[in-house]
Parts: sequence; structure tokens; C-alpha cells
Amino acid sequence: MLNPQLNKHGELQHLLTTEGLPKAIINQILDTASSFVSVSDREVKKVPLMRGKSVFNLFFENSTRTRTTFEIAAKRLSADVINLNIAASSASKGESLLDTIDNLSAMHADMFVVRHSQSGAPYLIAKHLQDTKQNHVHVVNAGDGRHAHPTQGLLDMYTIRHYKKDFTNLRVAIVGDILHSRVARSDIHALTTLGVPEIRAIGPHTLLPGGLEQLGVRTFTNMDEGLKDVDVIIMLRLQNERMSGALLPSAGEYFRAYGLTPERLALAKPDAIVMHPGPMNRGVEIDSAVADGPQAVILSQVTFGIAVRMAVMSILAGTQA
Amino acid sequence: MNVLIQNGRLIDPANKIDSKQDLYIVDGKVAAIGSAPAGFKADRTIDAAGKVVAPGLVDLSARLREPGFEYKATLKSEMQAAVQGGVTSLVCPPDTDPVLDEPGLVEMLKHRARGLNQAHVHPLGALTHGLKGEALTELVELTGAGCIGFSQAETPIKDTTVLQRAMQYAATFGFTIWLRPQDAWIGRGGVAHSGPLASRLGLSGVPVMAETIALHTIFELMRSTGAKVHLCRMSSAAGLELVRAAKAEGLPITCDVGAHHVHLTDADINFFDSNARVDPPFRTQRDREAIRAGLLDGTIDAMCSDHTPCDDDEKLLPFGEASPGATGLELLLSLAIKWADDYAAAHGKEEALSRAIARVTTDAARVAGLAQAGQLGVGSVADVVVFDPAARWTVEGGALASQGKHTPFLGYELAGQVEATIVAGHVAYERNAS
Repeated sequence: MLNPQLNKHGELQHLLTTEGLPKAIINQILDTASSFVSVSDREVKKVPLMRGKSVFNLFFENSTRTRTTFEIAAKRLSADVINLNIAASSASKGESLLDTIDNLSAMHADMFVVRHSQSGAPYLIAKHLQDTKQNHVHVVNAGDGRHAHPTQGLLDMYTIRHYKKDFTNLRVAIVGDILHSRVARSDIHALTTLGVPEIRAIGPHTLLPGGLEQLGVRTFTNMDEGLKDVDVIIMLRLQNERMSGALLPSAGEYFRAYGLTPERLALAKPDAIVMHPGPMNRGVEIDSAVADGPQAVILSQVTFGIAVRMAVMSILAGTQA
Repeated sequence: MNVLIQNGRLIDPANKIDSKQDLYIVDGKVAAIGSAPAGFKADRTIDAAGKVVAPGLVDLSARLREPGFEYKATLKSEMQAAVQGGVTSLVCPPDTDPVLDEPGLVEMLKHRARGLNQAHVHPLGALTHGLKGEALTELVELTGAGCIGFSQAETPIKDTTVLQRAMQYAATFGFTIWLRPQDAWIGRGGVAHSGPLASRLGLSGVPVMAETIALHTIFELMRSTGAKVHLCRMSSAAGLELVRAAKAEGLPITCDVGAHHVHLTDADINFFDSNARVDPPFRTQRDREAIRAGLLDGTIDAMCSDHTPCDDDEKLLPFGEASPGATGLELLLSLAIKWADDYAAAHGKEEALSRAIARVTTDAARVAGLAQAGQLGVGSVADVVVFDPAARWTVEGGALASQGKHTPFLGYELAGQVEATIVAGHVAYERNAS
């Protein structure tokens, strides 16, 4: 099977993952996003690129924040946006995922933005659209299980490019729960494609998945060693349910070993930036002094996130089947 | 009824026959090989020129889904699939609904199967009530009802004391326990082999040690209880290494592998293809090579279909939610031939096919303790398959009699087409039946 997110001309048909996404397409998305950043500064924050198109936000897993950013992005492109919180509707009535898709397709959806707790769910939808010859409908993965969160990965790339200009001389550290993180996976693939020479993953053995080395990642269990001389620090959110159990004994102990404090930040390069996909747990993975400090670019990520999602949606909408 | 199968290449590994011979069947039994018995007059003649004539296949694991899962498949559909795949004897695991833990249920299943007059069905009884791993079933009674062994199917026993008692009790009567080596905790909820691929795809993993830890426990209990164990669905190189050592030590074990695992690896999951969602999961290329080597040197006694028909509602789901299992009865012969073909490239063709047939006939029958099955000795029950080893067919839903249409081999072109299947002397399936 060919890469299901590209059409036969090698153009972006769906955005499912950053893995295997050609560098040229990543750069196209980042460049397009760059042109959209200023739209949000205008008095009338709209461009008519998706006028008349219907974007369905299908959230099989709750996430107000991500859904909102997609909604804003689609509205700034003048699309009609329909939000469906399916975690609380059809699925609980027993309707299957693909039945839901067929029903919404019959309402002439042009794009599905999908969040699902199961890795690979957007692939199932993309394949179903292909099998039912609905190639005019595009899928954007807004986070699937532990697998991928490509728009987050791309907005992270946009942020890094904004502050660091060049990817090919960077050391990037990703810290925390890599095992369960779709953001980490999407970042790792995009960073690799963009030519980052050293990607580090830092965390306890219980939160580092096997096989990271095969992805070209150096693993560190010691936070101080892992942060030494890095240019970019990407902190990951530690989910509440992981904070006590067999993976970690407590949030307090986690903070002592892996919390990003000003002292630890000082081990990185002086101009290192600190990123976080949000929402943050202050005092669990990051100290407030760092989160609010001059090296944090966390709110810029949010702003750029809108532009990157506008870029992804407008490029997909312009792709002919 | 007298049946003559003539001009075929007769392969009967148990009796060391691989030559052009005619086969004479009288009253459901093999009457003669080579020349006709006195006074023989054929009621039916099957011309097997250019074809192979072999013992009917013995499948060590086929789920017929009855009772309880008739929406997935029925006895009727799956028994038809069996003979269409050349399978004349099959062992079915007890994970039906209700579970096969009472003699009445086993008798009913056997009765229903007999009524269809197709393959011989040999149930495995549940080792514990409801497969819950707590209380033993009536092993003696269940044996009387027709069970050939006892199994936990896909549900490992958590309490090692219960497993120890079960093995002691089974050993008392000389019964064989069929276990899939799988730790009850490690890898629980996992859907793919733990490794770089599962990490990349964000799928929860089943590590190899889920198999090896269970094997260590089983072997240690065997040493103290003297129980006989058949290990089902081996999946890893490390596991096979342990089995090899245990066999060398003299422990009374046999083991099998699912036919899919002889050919596929975790890479076949591709982009979350739920048809490749199976238990145990497909592992690495190294593991697959070890499985092939194990089949060759006899560490693995037999290859089975691990037939598990699933319907669309169970498979058209995100990978982690899809039900495990694949349809297999109609692929078993072709997958055995595929192994033979791959092996023949290195070791010579004639012997390869004979060896592959042995792994799905005489060796499987030995494992299951079926003295009459898997061989064509004079006087034995005439279960025969006639197939064209070179004819190719494409695996498609429409080509399968099974109600289960999901297989990771969908779209593959495979060699080996069944021409006719004979069960106890009657023609149960003929491809070009007029």
C-alpha cells in the first residue's frame, strides 16, 4: 500500500502523520502558515479560501482546546464548521465509526478533522473514503491514540523554525512520557525529515518505548545529562492517570527527577527555547518560573498553531482528487 | 461405495510413500494401494493425473463458532470451508458461548457435526469452568463425551496453583493439556509485537517474554507433575529455543504454529490493517525465520490454520479495537505449500512438499492422538484430499466458503487448489462437481 496520505500525484490528500511526509510538503505547509500568521493580526481575520466548504470536527475523544484551534482556523478560512462531540453521542448509542462517517458524508462534508483514542482510527476513515470513492473528502488527524498528532508536530516545527531558522545544527530534547505521546512521535518524525542531527528523549525507563533508537533518537534517563547543550526543549504533559501506579510512584517524585526548573534549564544552551503542547501541569513537569520565563515560547506555539492548521486545511482543500 | 483415485502422485508421509499410485477405497476405508483388491469395482473414479493425492488435512485449531457466535459463522459454513480446504479432521478450541465445559455441550457439538457428514470434529474441552482459571472441569466425563484434550483457549490461568493442580489431575489420567504460552499479565491488552513498529504506530505491545515466561512456568510444572502438554501457536525465536531445549531434556511436549505466522511479520500490519490483528501477534523477521527452521527440524510438530472467522463489525474498526483472528481453513493447504516452495528453493522440491504435507497431516494427527487420521495405511479411514499443487488461486472473500472473510492474505495469489476431498470414503467436496 502506498502512503495513504498522498494522492497519486504525490500531493497531500489527507494529513495523517508526519512520518514519511516529504520535506517539500512540510516546507510548503510551514511557508503557507507563515503567510497566514498576519491574517490573525488584521481587523477582519478572514480569508475566503474555503468559502462554501464544510469542515466537520469529529471528536471521539474530548479535547476542547484542540477542537477550538481547528474551529478558529477553519473559520478564518471562511469554512462552515460543524462540531461533533461523538464521545457523547453516536458512539455511545452503538453506531460504528464507519456508519458515522457515511452519515456525515451524506451531509456533504468536505473535510473531517478527527480525534480518536485509538491509534490508526483516521487511517480507517481515509481507507473507507477511498474504498467508497469519496476522494473529494479529506481527513486531518487531530490526534489518534498514541500514534500521531501531526498538526501539533508541524506547529512545533514552525515554532522551532521561527526561533532557530535552521534545523540542521540543532539538538532537540523531548522530555517526559514518550511512551504515551503522539506529540513526541510526530515531532520525532518531522525533526528527522527536516534534518535535525540530534534528537534526545528523556524520561524514566517506564515512559520510554522500546525501539526509539531505530527512530534515530538518543535516549537519556538522567535529565541533567539529557539537557546539556540542547537548543530546544519540548516538555510533554504527564497525564493524571500516569502519576501514580506502576509507571511512576508520584507526581512529586517525577518533578524531582524530570521537572524542568530554572537550574536545569541553565544546563541547556543560553538561547534554548522551551516548548510545551499544553495543557501544562505546573509543578509536575515544569516549574512556573520556566513556564512564564523569557525562554518559554509556549504561547507562540498556540498562535502559530492556528496558522499551521489554516495552512493544512487550505492545502488539502486545494488538492484535487 | 467403492472409490478409485487413479493416476495421481500419492504422498503419504506416515507410510513413506511418494510415488504414482492408485488408491482404492472400499466401505469408507483404504482397501489397497497400487493394485486393485480382488473383485474391486469402482462406483466412483477420480482421475488425479497431474494432481497430488494425500491424507486429508488435520487442523489442530479451527473455531467453528458454534455454539454462541452464529452471527460470525455457523457449523454449516465452516464445515463446508473445511472440506473445501481439504481438511478432514479438525480440533476445535472450547472458547464458544457457552464454553465447552460440560459433557452435554460436547455431545451436542459432536452430534451436530456428525449430522453434516463432513470433516471429523474433535473438540478440546475447557480445562476450567467457563475458562475462568478457577475450578477444574470434569476431565474424565468430558473425555467420555469426545474431548481429545483440554485447553484454556486464549485465556491464560492467572493462578499458578490452579495450573499446577490441573496438570497433576490431567497427568493422573494421561490427558494432554493444550496451552497457548502467554503470561496472564505481561502484554495484557497488547495488540502488536512489542518493538520498533508498535512504538512507531503507537500500538500497545505484547513482548516476547509474555511467551517465554509462560513457557518457563509450564516446563517447571511439567517437571514436577509429569503432565503432557501441547503448546499452541508458538510465535517467537526465543520461545522456540526453550521448546527445543525442553524436548532435548525429554519433557513430553509437542507444539504447533499458526500457518499465518510461518509467512508474516509485524511489518504486515502496514498502515493499521486490522486483518493482521491476530493473537499471538506477528513478530519480527527473525522470529519468522526461527518458526520456519523449527518446522523443518521438527521442533514444531505441526502447522494449523488457527481458523478464527470474524465478521465485518469486528474487523472494520481501529486496529486496537478489532477482534483478533483470521479465516484459515481454506488457506492451510496453500500456506503449507507456500512454505514448501520457499524451502524447496534451498533444499530440493520433492522432499519439501512431502514434509509440508506431513506437518498438516500425520504430524498433526500424532499430536492430537488421532490414530486413524493423517495417513493412508491400508485399513485406515479413507480421509483423502486431491489437489493440484501448482494451480494458483486468488484469496478473495467470494472465493471462500467460510463466513469469515478477513485474512491478511487478502489479494494474495497462492498455489494449491483442492480438487476433491473425501471423508470416510464419501466425496464431501469436488471442485468441478457436475
